[in-house]
Amino acid sequence: MNAALLGLITVVIGVGGCLGYFYFSNLFLDRVLFPPKGPNAGRNINRANQIRPWLFLAPAVFALGLYLGYPVLETLRLSLTDRSQDGAFVGLANYNQMLSEPKFWEAMGNNMLWLIVVPAGSTAFGLLAAQLTDRISWGSLAKSLIFMPMAISFVGASVIFKLIYDTRPEDKEQIGILNALWLKFDGGIGSALFLKALPGLILLSFAALTGYVAWLILRRTGASAWLWLGKAISGVFAAWMILMALRATFNIFTAQLPYGDPQTWLTLPFYNNFFLMVVLIWIQTGFAMVILSAALRGIPEETVEAAIVDGANPLQVFFRIKVPQIMSTIVVVWTTITLVVLKVFDIVFAMTNGQWQTQVLANYMFDKLFRANDWGVGSAAAIVIMLLVSPILVWNVYNARKEMR
Amino acid sequence: MSNIAGSRSSLTWAVHLSVLALVLLWLFPTVGLFVSSFRTADQIATSGWWASLGSAKQNVVFRAADPDDNRVAEGDIFVVEGNLFEEAGRTGTIGVWGTSSRAIDAYVAGETAEMKGTEQITVAADGAYRWTGSGEEIAGRGQRVFATITSPPEFTLENYDSMLLDPSNSEGMAKAFFNTLTVTIPATIIPIVIAAFAAYALAWMQFPGRALLIALVVGLLVVPLQLALIPLLKLHLGIGIGKGYLGVWLAHTGFGLPLAIYLLRNYMVGLPKDIIENAKVDGASDFLIFTRIILPLSFPALASFAIFQFLWTWNDLLVAKVFLIDATGQTTVMTNRITELLGTRGGNWEILATAAFVSIAVPLVVFFALQRYLVRGLLAGSVK
Repeated sequence: MNAALLGLITVVIGVGGCLGYFYFSNLFLDRVLFPPKGPNAGRNINRANQIRPWLFLAPAVFALGLYLGYPVLETLRLSLTDRSQDGAFVGLANYNQMLSEPKFWEAMGNNMLWLIVVPAGSTAFGLLAAQLTDRISWGSLAKSLIFMPMAISFVGASVIFKLIYDTRPEDKEQIGILNALWLKFDGGIGSALFLKALPGLILLSFAALTGYVAWLILRRTGASAWLWLGKAISGVFAAWMILMALRATFNIFTAQLPYGDPQTWLTLPFYNNFFLMVVLIWIQTGFAMVILSAALRGIPEETVEAAIVDGANPLQVFFRIKVPQIMSTIVVVWTTITLVVLKVFDIVFAMTNGQWQTQVLANYMFDKLFRANDWGVGSAAAIVIMLLVSPILVWNVYNARKEMR
Repeated sequence: MSNIAGSRSSLTWAVHLSVLALVLLWLFPTVGLFVSSFRTADQIATSGWWASLGSAKQNVVFRAADPDDNRVAEGDIFVVEGNLFEEAGRTGTIGVWGTSSRAIDAYVAGETAEMKGTEQITVAADGAYRWTGSGEEIAGRGQRVFATITSPPEFTLENYDSMLLDPSNSEGMAKAFFNTLTVTIPATIIPIVIAAFAAYALAWMQFPGRALLIALVVGLLVVPLQLALIPLLKLHLGIGIGKGYLGVWLAHTGFGLPLAIYLLRNYMVGLPKDIIENAKVDGASDFLIFTRIILPLSFPALASFAIFQFLWTWNDLLVAKVFLIDATGQTTVMTNRITELLGTRGGNWEILATAAFVSIAVPLVVFFALQRYLVRGLLAGSVK
């Protein structure tokens, strides 16, 4: 209760202080500093109007500078120093140490996996949900139910999914739905259909989609060096992704699955990453759906009608007419989810805490900072996250400036 | 759209069904936790939550009433009559039953079991039984009945009682709930005030460096707050704020500002120019225009940001862990409490589910009540 009272007082002081600051600084400017009267009335008004914006901005600029600007520089500096040597400058030693740790590379590898799977999954499900719900009468209800996980904390979602992944000994009744379902499979035809054919199909269609996107990019004509560079990079990347998908498909069909044994899902190396990603996809799909649904509604009806008149089937209308028109929105959704993924911490922290090869960068950093108390390496990890974010940062700033012109 | 391409009723059905499947898939995890939070530890441990929605089948051992006190003589035999359910304090219907643990499904409800000598027992589906036999047989302890019963769904509020209302429960969530509230409210309100003024300046005032500042705000939108943890913690420890509410309020204010400024500025720029110019011609100062015209008109954007910031601060774990929670643990928030419980009470789902639901409930209410504003804010600010 005491803290609540403190909170109330803080609200009053904070809000009152801010309002008071704005009011009185304005008053001071107009009455005392540059009063709009006397011999210099005109000049005073101009001067007051030059200063006023900065009065309005001052608290925000101060807070932004102190809480976001300064830390970036300070973290950069800390990453070059060693705390145990009283903050002596050690050059790139922290980075060297970090790069030699297998846990860091595990986190990097997992983060890359997250970066591919989560945005792709959320955007795909979001697009599907947006397209389907736009056509039916109870669509808005369906939307708000799919959107609901957005309100649930990552920690809450972790508890929810831990119950799903729960494991009991073989002779007890399973209370986690995943194991209960798993024990229904016995290696018969149903298992082959759901555990081999279906995932294989998904992986193959993912490979096909990647190939299609890569083909779209490679087909673009132009002579600039940047374009060729972009083509080369995306070509290699797409080839790699397709290869991975094909290999995974092959593995699925050849793998011997341990039917009948309850699995501890979160300790299965490699696959447990996907069980963690499911949590974030579950949360982020609603976001993707809301944005994409608005974009789909913004598509001019005539383009769709013309395509239908020309004999396009629903799939063609969707992939050839609608998706290209909302491509820019898809990119925005994708980058937004990418940002969330790069910062993902709570889910891994609450569910596995990076054990069983599920480490990610943000949790690795937290480990270094507050368990190992190694601020140097922790800061270096933070800088790595910043570096991964910075292409998006530059892209956003570039777009915002373009819009303002 | 479907109307111009003729009727496609089978496709429409497919759409309805796939949306239904998608919705159920998305609801399923949350419902599981919700249902579990109303079950006792025993129920959770013995059956999946999905089984609790329908009537549950389970094997139960009943014992007939104590013959020495309850037997009645009927001619030369003794009879004990009663109801198994009433005596055991449960409800349900008996399907099959037996008198020995080796054959618990020997009889169907309503049949009579013949035991040694003249001893007999009849058990009906509703639990009524009639146990008869000679004086020596109807003596000692009550006859055991092994029954497979179908009982209706059973739920309890006990978990919420002990997690929220029981002050002696050291694992209770009540304190953490108030702590979270204490963190959230100032951390939601203060950035709005600061950001609103800045957004007005960036939207409607002319000054050199404006474009640069806007670009800066857009850039800061995506700066990961991980970078801010150590420098700010050092700063807070250095200037004497230390770990505590003040620190976490300031941190949330700083981290929330870019989105607040960005959202509010985008909204304010779109307000009609005429109103503001008319007011200026009439001699209103910028301060007056802001408080009397812009602020009331910007209510939807303010609401959007307030919801965002509320959800974000309520659900936050990282910032609270770094800036608020000290070694005493007196200022723990709900998200942190839950991660602790996940560590210490990993298998006690009645505790975990209830704790998680206590923390989820408030955001869900806010979400469903104010979804309109949330969607609007998302559409306006999807750069973040």
